[in-house]
Amino acid sequence: MASTFEWLYSDIVKDHFLNPRNVLNDEEKFQADGEGLTGNIKCGDEMLFLIKVDKAKGIITDCRWKTYGCASAIASTSVLSEMVKGMTLEEAYKVSPRDIEKRLGSLPEHKIHCSVLGDKALRAAIDDYYRKNGLENKITKKEVHIVCQCMNVTDDEIENAVLEGARTYIELQEKTKLGTVCGKCKDEATTLLNHYIETHFGGKTQ
Amino acid sequence: MAQKYIYLDHNATTPLHPEVQQALIEMMEHFGNPSSLHQLGRIARHKIEEARANIASFIGADPDEIIFVGSGSEANNTVLNNLACRSSFCRLEKQQRNEVITTSIEHPCIIESSKCIGERGTKVHYLRVDEYGKVDLNHLQELLSDKTAIVSVMYANNEIGTIQDIKTIAKLAHAKGALFHTDAVQAVGKIPIDVKELEVDFLTLSAHKIYGPKGIGALYIKRGTPFCPMIRGGHQERGRRAGTENTLGIIGFGKAIEMRRVEMTSEYQRLLEFKTILKNEITKRIPDVHFNGHPTDALPGTLNVSFAGAEGESILLYLDLEGIGVSTGSACASGSLDPSHVLLATGIGAELAHGSIRISMGRENTLEDIYYTVDALERVIKKIRKMSTAYKG
Repeated sequence: MASTFEWLYSDIVKDHFLNPRNVLNDEEKFQADGEGLTGNIKCGDEMLFLIKVDKAKGIITDCRWKTYGCASAIASTSVLSEMVKGMTLEEAYKVSPRDIEKRLGSLPEHKIHCSVLGDKALRAAIDDYYRKNGLENKITKKEVHIVCQCMNVTDDEIENAVLEGARTYIELQEKTKLGTVCGKCKDEATTLLNHYIETHFGGKTQ
Repeated sequence: MAQKYIYLDHNATTPLHPEVQQALIEMMEHFGNPSSLHQLGRIARHKIEEARANIASFIGADPDEIIFVGSGSEANNTVLNNLACRSSFCRLEKQQRNEVITTSIEHPCIIESSKCIGERGTKVHYLRVDEYGKVDLNHLQELLSDKTAIVSVMYANNEIGTIQDIKTIAKLAHAKGALFHTDAVQAVGKIPIDVKELEVDFLTLSAHKIYGPKGIGALYIKRGTPFCPMIRGGHQERGRRAGTENTLGIIGFGKAIEMRRVEMTSEYQRLLEFKTILKNEITKRIPDVHFNGHPTDALPGTLNVSFAGAEGESILLYLDLEGIGVSTGSACASGSLDPSHVLLATGIGAELAHGSIRISMGRENTLEDIYYTVDALERVIKKIRKMSTAYKG
């Protein structure tokens, strides 16, 4: 009997929204080895992510989070918190919004930008851990540049999309959701798209 | 576990009044085209004119001053498009008046139409409002000139319920020779309105906000007012709106108005009492709240409230799962990145705008619903704030 009339998002989103996992409880005095905060309340989304690390093995053993945000933001951060436990720091560093979306069983298009803060907060927490433990060299040196402000899409993600087969601006939009809100980044994104196609595939633009 | 759903979103739309449902069912048999001369046509025509007379007298107008249109949005578009029309039918153009004054808190159909006619050479000004959403009358006087063709100010705001001083605004507009229009879809049938007393030139009405059917609105056009139809090609509505009449919609609208005559006054008192209780209970039980809209000059059934540190879409969806339907001014619920333009215009700031919900009550709500809602709201806000980065309670 379950239908979209009864709930806006997938059952997994609903479950995580109703019963969010690993929320930071202020009373438990969680001893974090690294913490990251991203987003901005004025934009309607803010995310805090805390991790506990097995220093010998470089594995995330536990995590907590808090968020100011909508149902998608709450559910995606809750799912992320389940995903990263047991991951190595390197693995966790690479978790992308698309990985989270897959686990959630998809989100409506216009809600995806609400779910991209979780992985950013996680990376910020890992960077914080590296900094606190004299491992600055592990922090991704390349300044990641955000191309699409609305959907939080970086040049890295554009490169990944190209590697995964995007050849046109529309394919790039489909893969990254870039340029689907205000559209201001179209020129820059197109230039980067062509640049990465040139770099990796010798300029076989269609 | 089928529990009752508490609908608190009457400013979005309302359920059909049972009497309206009955009138619609009866009307379904009368399929005749009201323009036909034979019996079936004459029956439909008679029913339509009955509804028109009923609606007209409810707002103090004459029947020939009312035209039926497809929605409140269509009525509003029609009024503003009057100005951008370059046809020789439009007397406004010949007067060399080419400016429009409206407000920053209008419904999107006014704002978008204004932007559109702005692109076609009409200058549009947007009036400031104060913290309660009341139009700044000094600003209006600054902007009014002999270039002003029309002033359009909504009667009651759909999001915060604030009621404007329409009579004063109309008087100021007329003093400068401008026409005056008010979008009254949230006001008609909720508070007493008399177009002759208000001295407005155009007034927009809608059926589905007052327990009538969707897809039917009306426009009051004061006799003698320059007018240019937006939809042409038929003699219907005396040539002012072409297209075969929506007989079912019109009959439903007429019936809804008939029921408003009976129920409006008592419902006003009842909803105002509910709102007072809701406001008091929320204040007592939930810290860090901010009420939006005017404390007294407001619709009786509309309460807009912001919760610090809690995002509106989350509040809405947790309440939905508790069996309560409200709406929010948060960006996340709208598909855009900006929160409500109405709340931003009142200057409360983006964070509180994101954290707002609108509770709009109606005829089927009970006192029990109100207490149930406060209980749920208290639980939900506590839960959200506990996991919020933005709340240090």
